[in-house]
Amino acid sequence: MTSQRDWRGLLFVAPFLALYSVILIFPLLRGMWLSLYQVDLFGAGHFVGAGNYVRLAHDPIFGTSLLNTFEVALMIVPALTIFALLLALSLNRASGSAAIFRGIFFSSAVLSVTIVTLVWRFVLAPDAGLLGYLASALGLQPLPFLSDEHLVLPALAITTIWWSVGFPMLLFLAGLQQIPDEIYEAAALDNAGRWATFSHITVPSLRRTVVLVVMLQTAAQLQLFGQSQLLTAGGPSGASRTAVLFLFESAFGRWELGYASAAAEILFLIILAVTLTQYWATGRATAQSDAG
Amino acid sequence: MASLELKGVRKSFGSTAVLEDVSLTLEAREFIAFLGPSGSGKSTLLRIIAGLENADAGEVWLEGRRIDQLPPGERGVAMVFQHYALYPHMNVRENMAFGLKNARVPKAEIDRRIADAARVLEIEQLLDRKPGEMSGGQQQRVAIGRALVKEPKLFLLDEPLSNLDAALRLRTRVELAQLKQRVDAAVIMVTHDQAEAMTLADRIIVMNDRTIQQVGPPMTIYSRPANRFVAQFVGSPAMTLLAAELVPGGDCARLKIGDGTIVETAIARNRLPQDATLRLGLRPEAVRVGSRDAAATEATVELVERLGERTIVYARLSDGQAIIAEDNGDSRVKLGDKVRLIIDGAAAHVFDSQGTGYHGAVA
Repeated sequence: MTSQRDWRGLLFVAPFLALYSVILIFPLLRGMWLSLYQVDLFGAGHFVGAGNYVRLAHDPIFGTSLLNTFEVALMIVPALTIFALLLALSLNRASGSAAIFRGIFFSSAVLSVTIVTLVWRFVLAPDAGLLGYLASALGLQPLPFLSDEHLVLPALAITTIWWSVGFPMLLFLAGLQQIPDEIYEAAALDNAGRWATFSHITVPSLRRTVVLVVMLQTAAQLQLFGQSQLLTAGGPSGASRTAVLFLFESAFGRWELGYASAAAEILFLIILAVTLTQYWATGRATAQSDAG
Repeated sequence: MASLELKGVRKSFGSTAVLEDVSLTLEAREFIAFLGPSGSGKSTLLRIIAGLENADAGEVWLEGRRIDQLPPGERGVAMVFQHYALYPHMNVRENMAFGLKNARVPKAEIDRRIADAARVLEIEQLLDRKPGEMSGGQQQRVAIGRALVKEPKLFLLDEPLSNLDAALRLRTRVELAQLKQRVDAAVIMVTHDQAEAMTLADRIIVMNDRTIQQVGPPMTIYSRPANRFVAQFVGSPAMTLLAAELVPGGDCARLKIGDGTIVETAIARNRLPQDATLRLGLRPEAVRVGSRDAAATEATVELVERLGERTIVYARLSDGQAIIAEDNGDSRVKLGDKVRLIIDGAAAHVFDSQGTGYHGAVA
């Protein structure tokens, strides 16, 4: 920053920098600072060093919530990616009906989590829900999706996939439209059948989109919160408590702000590590395939 | 045996007809150029042969087999696309192997064909590269290689040289001509560049306005154009067309142009329609800039193009009609000069009001 010109440039980004500092950088640092204190909303709190982290390491509820988070993210991300890709493939045409279906499948993405959980409560409730009704009509025992600890995470995953499929579908549609027609024509002349065309032309051409969708969705689903809070409140007996729900309960249920901040820092580091690993792995795969 | 046969091919996009009743027969191992301006239907015809478009009516036969109902991959044709259409995520070897693998060619055979093609096209050092790491010229060679390894009965080249810079285009043109000698198949090339068509093709199919205008060897197309469109589209600069009227007398037609000059053509008088409005067609080389005293017509120079070995003179006759003439490379003609133009009547063409061309007896 030696010349005047550099300062003028800074002026242009200043509004963004200010906003970014106030709503992102400051809370991030403040959270790190808080995680070293035992503090509630009312007192100044006192410094405990790594105390909160040590406590978390021995907290079985936090451990379970992390496991639940990974489990539900693993259920959601691959299924969501494949489902969004299949939707995009079947709706990637110029017809009017395809446009209508694109709109319908995207429409769930604009709903708030409150509406989504309400809708799925109607679907999943064993006594009065849609699935329960269907099961009864078929003479089967309705499955207690929201009260069985083995079924509650799949139920959460299905709800989330239904809610989140629109945006990845849009990304895949954009990716599909980037593939030139000539490539498909060349493949047709190369005697490639439907499967060969899909696996050798379409999928490799969409690789960057797949990476993007997987990374975005992993980061998003590791922060899954609203569905679990509203649908089951983490129950039954903590089987659907996710990491963010845990830190929400700590912070705003028990007012342990320092403890919750420490949990948030750990989750932040986990998401960072997972994302960087994915980034590194895909970068390596790209480099390898580029090298032949 | 005939290589490719088209019988009454028609095609419309919606209510817009793009091809009307196109019929054509290719000889074995013939190199054919579809030459025409944008929108003449030439690319559509190529795509119908490839199977990338379906004709509304008509038949396509290749070496005695009807192929218009077969999928593109089973027709025995290979195509080089204008923008190459290489698979971006595959290296050169994989690009060339893809079609062969789909056709279940044995691995050893695939390797042999790729090695042969790579040697012929001098792309052996590129086999492990991806399209994104190569220049346009290199991608072009790979695209040709991908067609070669399929050992097709017919090669289809869609504007193969249009994406190359001028120097590379000339070099690739020579290479295509050499390649044509090696392959045991017919070749169809679509182009809007007459120089490409003239230098490469055994026969040129001139297309315009949904139909074939003329079919013939390059020099026939050039020296005996079937109609006004062909006459003006082929040849650079374009043929001059002058309004003219028939003068009585003689076995060969004599035509008077606007400024009163009478041109003695080599065209039998009785072949021409008597009462039609005629046009006299003159290639630049049939109009020479002459010396002052030569018996000739006079014109004012409006533009001089010095091409080195010859000079193109754009001039205007005294009645205001434009005419293009040729002079020697060392011509001293300059803008605004009054020059005398010697018209070689024996090389003149005549077009009637329908546009049909009439030419002198073959010399």
